[in-house]
Amino acid sequence: MAEHYSSFTEGGRLWLWQRITAAFLVVVLAFHFFLLHFVYHADEVTFALSQSRMQTWTYYSLMVLFLITATFHGVNGVYNALLNQGLTGTKRQVVKWTLVVASGILLVQGIRTANAWAGIGVF
Amino acid sequence: MSQSYNRGTIESFGRWREFSAGMWAWIFHKFTGWVLVGYLFTHIAVLSTAIEGAEMYTNTIVTLEGLLLVRILEVGLLAVAVFHILNGLRLLLVDLGVGLESQDKSFYASVILTGAITVASVPTFIAGAF
Repeated sequence: MAEHYSSFTEGGRLWLWQRITAAFLVVVLAFHFFLLHFVYHADEVTFALSQSRMQTWTYYSLMVLFLITATFHGVNGVYNALLNQGLTGTKRQVVKWTLVVASGILLVQGIRTANAWAGIGVF
Repeated sequence: MSQSYNRGTIESFGRWREFSAGMWAWIFHKFTGWVLVGYLFTHIAVLSTAIEGAEMYTNTIVTLEGLLLVRILEVGLLAVAVFHILNGLRLLLVDLGVGLESQDKSFYASVILTGAITVASVPTFIAGAF
């Protein structure tokens, strides 16, 4: 009989969220690259051009959701990769909370940036 | 009767000569994932110059995009992102039970398509750098 092998916690839902965010990111990351490199070009970037896109609420919402899902998917992916390499005990807890804090800083800074373009007050 | 495959609790990269297509796909997916998450933090750090004002942001981006090295790194980033997307689709399909028996072929297809898209994108990514 096959032995059970998994780095996921039994009964957990993080594996499902990793896949749900993957399905979303496959589409939005491709869109992001296409829009910012093939529709607009690298040598044309200005604050005003970024501002004109970000002042559209649909684009602003999509980018904030993109930031949240990419942060979760990326950081959770890194955490799982480290668990696969045998991270346990105190080191595991230190890495886990470092990643949580880094994610929080990234989200706050990313949303502050989006707000600066959208004309919403930067806190 | 099902058979077990004991890959151990820690992946042994010293066995790389024995790796099959699926193992290379796993390694490339991890590597591209690390690059993408590293880039995400760098990307937000650069973009957040917008908080300091329009001039600061525009000057930062124009200076960076004027460097040929940055344009070449962007081509590399595209290759990494395209592979991660294509192999990610492959993994989602395998998770749903689609194409497991031809997972090696879909890995090779991901690599070839990544190469083709990257090469075809070079003129667009380098435009205006000279």
